[in-house]
Amino acid sequence: MDTRRAVERAARDSYGRLVTFLAARSRDIAAAEDALADAFRAALETWPRDGVPARPEAWLLTAARRRMIDRARHVQVQAEAVPDLRIVAEEAEALAEADRFPDERLKLLFVCAHPAIDPAIHTPLMLQTVLGLDAARIASAFLVSPAAMGQRLSRAKVKIRDAGIGFELPEAKELPPRLDAVLEAIYAAYGSGWDDVAGADPRRRGLAAEAIDLGRMLRPLLPAEPEVEGLLALMLHCEARREARRSPDGDYVPLSEQDTARWSKPMITEAEHILSAAAQDRRFGRFQLEAAIQSVHAQRARTARTDWESIALLYQGLVRLAPTIGALVGQAAAVAEARGAAAGWTLMQAIPAEAVASYQPYWALAAHLLRRLGRPADAAYERATGLCEDPAMRAFLLRRWQERP
Amino acid sequence: MQYALLFQQTPEEFAARRDPEKHAAFWAAFMPYMTALKEAGLVVAGAGLEPPATATSIRIGGSGRQVQDGPFADTKEQLAGFFIIEVPNLDVALDWASRYPGGPGGGVEVRPVAPPKPQQ
Repeated sequence: MDTRRAVERAARDSYGRLVTFLAARSRDIAAAEDALADAFRAALETWPRDGVPARPEAWLLTAARRRMIDRARHVQVQAEAVPDLRIVAEEAEALAEADRFPDERLKLLFVCAHPAIDPAIHTPLMLQTVLGLDAARIASAFLVSPAAMGQRLSRAKVKIRDAGIGFELPEAKELPPRLDAVLEAIYAAYGSGWDDVAGADPRRRGLAAEAIDLGRMLRPLLPAEPEVEGLLALMLHCEARREARRSPDGDYVPLSEQDTARWSKPMITEAEHILSAAAQDRRFGRFQLEAAIQSVHAQRARTARTDWESIALLYQGLVRLAPTIGALVGQAAAVAEARGAAAGWTLMQAIPAEAVASYQPYWALAAHLLRRLGRPADAAYERATGLCEDPAMRAFLLRRWQERP
Repeated sequence: MQYALLFQQTPEEFAARRDPEKHAAFWAAFMPYMTALKEAGLVVAGAGLEPPATATSIRIGGSGRQVQDGPFADTKEQLAGFFIIEVPNLDVALDWASRYPGGPGGGVEVRPVAPPKPQQ
C-alpha cells in the first residue's frame, strides 16, 4: 500500500520531467510514455520486494531508458535513432548519479501548444504528457468520446515526432504568442468544457486542480512573465468561491448572492498577492485583467458591496484586448449593473446573433435584462434553460422564469 | 452527419410519468431542450416512447418466432425516446446530448445513423 503510494507520488511529481527528458532528443513522446509506463509497472513489482529506492526518479529513468533501448533494438528503428538513444542512455546514467534532475517541463509545455499542433488538442496533450492523466479522464472532462480523444492524442504525438517539433524554448520575439497558447491551454483545463467557469457545478471539479498545479509549476519557470501570474491569480479567485456556488441544499447561487463567508480567504489572499506581484511589471494582459475583475468581486467580502463601475471598465479593457463572446457578455452584465439594464441590453444587441445561438450564458443574461426592462423574456428564458448542461443552473432558471416580475 | 440521441430512463423516471407534479417538472425542463434543438435547426426526426411495460417483442429463435410481453432487453434503464439530429461531427452531437435534462441514473446513448445502402 505504502509502496503503491510511493509510486503514485513519484508519478505525480516526476512524470512530466521524465517524459521531457526521455523524449527531448527523439521527439517521440509516445515511445517515452510507453517506456515510462513499463518503468512504473516494474516499480510496482520490485519496490514492494526491495524497498523504495533512495532516488525514485533516477530509478525510473534508468528503467525507462533501458526499455527504450530494448524496444529500439527490437523494432530495428532507423539506424540514426540508435546513436541518439545511446546518448540518451549515457546522459541518463550521468543524471541518475547527479543529485538534481533538471526541470525542463517548460519545453514540453511549449511543444504541446506549438502552432503546428491543432489548438483543440493543446490542453489534452499537456494534461497527458506533463501530468500523466489518461485519455478517458481527459475525454470526459472535455465531452469527447474516449476513443476519439485517444486517436487525437496519438495523431498529435506522431505529428510532433515526424514534423520534428523541437524541445526548446521559443526565442524572445516569439515568446508572447507562444506563451499565450500555453496559458490558454492551461485555462481551458481549468474550465474543462464549461462556458461559464464562475457558475460551474462545484461537484464537477473537472481538471481544475490539475490546471492550478500547472499554473503553480509554470510560475517559477517563467518568473519574468506577469501573465503567468495573472492566470494563476484568476484560477485561484474562481476556485476560492467553489463552495459558495451552491446553497447547502445544492441550489445554484449566482455570484452576486453568494455568502462571502463561504469563500476561501487563504485562496483570495494568495490570489491578491500574486496579482499585485504581476502588476509591478506594468505589462497588462488578458489574464491579469480577468484576475482583476475577479479581485473586484472578491472585495465584496470586505466592503459588502460590488464596485460594478470598476468591473465595467476592466471589461472594456478586456474586450479591446480579447473580444471573446464570454468577455462581451461579461461586459454587458457589468454595464447593466453599473449603468442600468438598458445600457447593458444595447451592448447585448451588438453581439452577432450567430455567435451566441448556442451560448447559454448569453441567453441567461438576455432573459434577466429583458425582464428587468419589462419586456417579453419567455423566449430568452426558454433558450437559456434548453441550453443548460448543469441541473442546478437549469432548476434556478426555471424558478426565475416562473416568478412573475 | 446524422446521429441518434437515444434517451435512457430509469424505472423511477418512467414511474414519475404517473405523478402529475413530477411529470410537469420533467416537461418544464424537456420542452426548452426540444425548442433549443429545433431553433438550432438540427432535428431530423424524433419521438417519445411509452414505458417499456407497454412493449411487445418478437424474438427470432432457431425453432421459430417467440412473442413476449415487455421490452427486448431486460435492463434497468430503458429507451424512453430519441432524436435524430444533423450535426457536423460527434463532438457537437455530444454537446447536445449533455444538455438532456434527465434525472440521475439515466442518460443518453449517441449513435451515428448508418448511411443508406450504396447504389450498385
